[in-house]
Order: sequence, then structure tokens, then C-alpha cells
Amino acid sequence: MRTLLLPLQWLVGFVVAVGEGARFFVHLCWLSLAALRRPRLVIDQVHFIGNYSLSIILVSGLLIGFVLGLQGYYTLRRYGSEEALGVLVTLSLVRELGPVVTALLFAGRAGTSLTAEVGLMKAGEQIDAMEMMAVDPVSRVLAPRFAAAVFSMPLLAALFSALGVLGGYLVGVVMIGVDAGSFWGQMQSGVDWLDDVGNGVVKSVVFGFTVAYVALFVGFNAQPTPEGVARATTTTVVAASLAILGLDFIMTALMFSTD
Amino acid sequence: MKRTGVDLLVGLFVLLGFAALVFLAMRAGNMSSAVGLGPTYDTLARFDNIGGLKPRAAVRSAGVVVGRVAAIRFDDQSYQAEVVLALDQRYHFPKDSSAKILTSGLLGEQYIGLEPGGDEEMLAAGDRITMTQSAVVLENLVGQFLYGKAAEGAGKK
Repeated sequence: MRTLLLPLQWLVGFVVAVGEGARFFVHLCWLSLAALRRPRLVIDQVHFIGNYSLSIILVSGLLIGFVLGLQGYYTLRRYGSEEALGVLVTLSLVRELGPVVTALLFAGRAGTSLTAEVGLMKAGEQIDAMEMMAVDPVSRVLAPRFAAAVFSMPLLAALFSALGVLGGYLVGVVMIGVDAGSFWGQMQSGVDWLDDVGNGVVKSVVFGFTVAYVALFVGFNAQPTPEGVARATTTTVVAASLAILGLDFIMTALMFSTD
Repeated sequence: MKRTGVDLLVGLFVLLGFAALVFLAMRAGNMSSAVGLGPTYDTLARFDNIGGLKPRAAVRSAGVVVGRVAAIRFDDQSYQAEVVLALDQRYHFPKDSSAKILTSGLLGEQYIGLEPGGDEEMLAAGDRITMTQSAVVLENLVGQFLYGKAAEGAGKK
């Protein structure tokens, strides 16, 4: 009898955990709107989360643009369509690589630092101290970080894609010699600003929500020990990355199915 | 002093991000051609078959883009497709101009080719282009070819 109850207990426990997670998410979203009333906190977090991610995002964007330019050229040359290099590079970046790779790098860079920061605050009993002073730690500490991450993600993804296009141009046109006119011309007629660029922006916003939520949730509920914080940062990267890739598949299926 | 430093960096970051977005939309994407045609006037045209014509397809005359397809509707009184052409206000065409659905290249996108007629009066907003030619449907062509060959073979016997 007891062994029959075990899977049921586990299932109920799982559903309860999902409910707690959902409640935390809604609470964060609601409070991050209120956090905009304290712009000083949000701006500091945007500096910490966004500006400090710039170096890795910009360099990665440029390098991935280089690779796309090379690989795209070698493949297109087999079918005599080298002029389509601009469309290939831009669509790959704007639709998929920009939002997804930026989100993965963002999870690794900003997500882990958010988790570590919040986890260490918890370990150093700063969260408890705030609660003692009747300051809500979620709205003071977590909500500005949430708002800053959601705000920074689309900007970082756009920068990544723009630099990737530039990288593709440098390799394709300047280095290899593809015609510049057809590079930009086919790109401009093949990339739709709403369907492609717009959907990419929507994806990056969703990924921003995902990374911020996972990082803050895992950090806030981490074990208040050094090992606990270390494990929490690993959990953030793994969980956020898997969530990003899963959501990317769902969103791509929703946005880009042609019917 | 430290506050203004942080604000400056954050402001730069936000501006850079928006600049990248605008670059993607306008230079890498087709926002400038989809939105920036300038003032246009609408004319209507009915076709038996529009083939693969899509909204925002080009309307060309002598190969130059003079407008865009604004909307495509089905008219269930005449059972024909009704296409709304948004023509650039800088260009005027005679009332008896003809509109054909052509394909750019062999398998490329379809666009509307506008050929001017000889009328002295020009098309105004809301006017209808009466002389139209539908898109070439590959299956009909193949069917015509096959029946032609079969009729030829039967005729020889």
C-alpha cells in the first residue's frame, strides 16, 4: 500500500513545486514593474548585467558572423548561389543564432553571476537581515535584477546579430569577394523586418524572462553554504540553457511555420 | 561622480542596442522598401488567376518598381481575384494601361508588370485597370502541350 502511494506523493510534490515556481514568477514580474519606480537600482543592474556582458556578446557575434560567412560561402558555391550569402547569414542570425546564442552566453555570464550574488547574499544572511528591517528582499534585491535582465537581453541579441552581419560582410565581400551589391540587395529583399527581425526580438525577450527567472529562483532558493552556491550556479546554467533551447523550438514552430 | 559614470555607460549601451535594432530592421531587413514608398494612390485590378502573387509584391513598369501590391481579395460576384495596387504618386499611367502577372527569373517571385496605354486621361485613386492578364499556371501549360501533341498525333492518322 505504501509503495503505491510513493509515486503519487512524488507527483503531488512535483505539481506543488511547479505551483511555487509559477507563483514566484508572477510575483517577480509584478514587482519588477514596481521596481521601475526606483530607476537608480535598475540602472545599476543594467550596468552590471548588460554592460559587462558586452565584451563577450560583441566578440562572439563578430566571430560567428565570420564563420557563417565562410561556411555559407562554401556551401552556396556548390549550387552556384554565392550571391545569396547575405540572406543566408542574416536570416540565420536574426531568426535563430542571435537570440539563442546570446541567451546561452547571457545565461553563462550574467545568469551565473546573478545566482552567485543572490546565493551569497542568502549565505551571508543579508536576506534575513533585510526581512528583519521590514524591507522586502524580493522587491529590493530580485526585482531590479529581473527588470534589468529582461531589458538587456533584446538589446544584446540585436547587437549580436548586427555584428554577425558585419562579420559575414567582412568575410564574404571584403575577404572572399562576393558581390557587395547582391550581398546587401538580396538581404534587404529577403529579410522581413516584422516576420524575421521582429520575431527574433520577441524570442530574445522571452529568453530574457527565462534566464532571469531561472537565475534568481535558483539563487534565492540555494543552500546558504559555499557548496550550495557553487551547485546553484551550475544548476542555473544547465536549467536555463535547456529551457532556452526547448522554448526556441516551440517558438520557432509557432512563428515560422508556413501555412 | 561615480553615479554619472554608471549612467553614461548604461546610456551608451542602450543607445548602441537600439542602433543595432534599427540597423537590422532598415539596412538588413526590408523595412525601408516595405514602408518607405512615399505617398501612394490605390488602383484596382481583377485577375482570373493571381498564381503566387503575394501582398507587398512589386509593381514594375519598364522594370522599375513604381508601386506595391497593397491587398489581395476574392470577389465572389465575379469569382475573380481583386488586387489593390498602391502606385507611387510621382508616376501617372493612362486609363487604358494593362497589368500582367509576371515572374522574375524562371522560378522567382511574381510581380505585376504595368504597361502604359495610349489614353490621354490618367488613372486616379480608386480607378480600375480593366486590361489584365493572369499568371501563367505551369500545370495548364503542360496540359495544353500534352493535348496539343495528342491532337497532332490524332490529326496525322
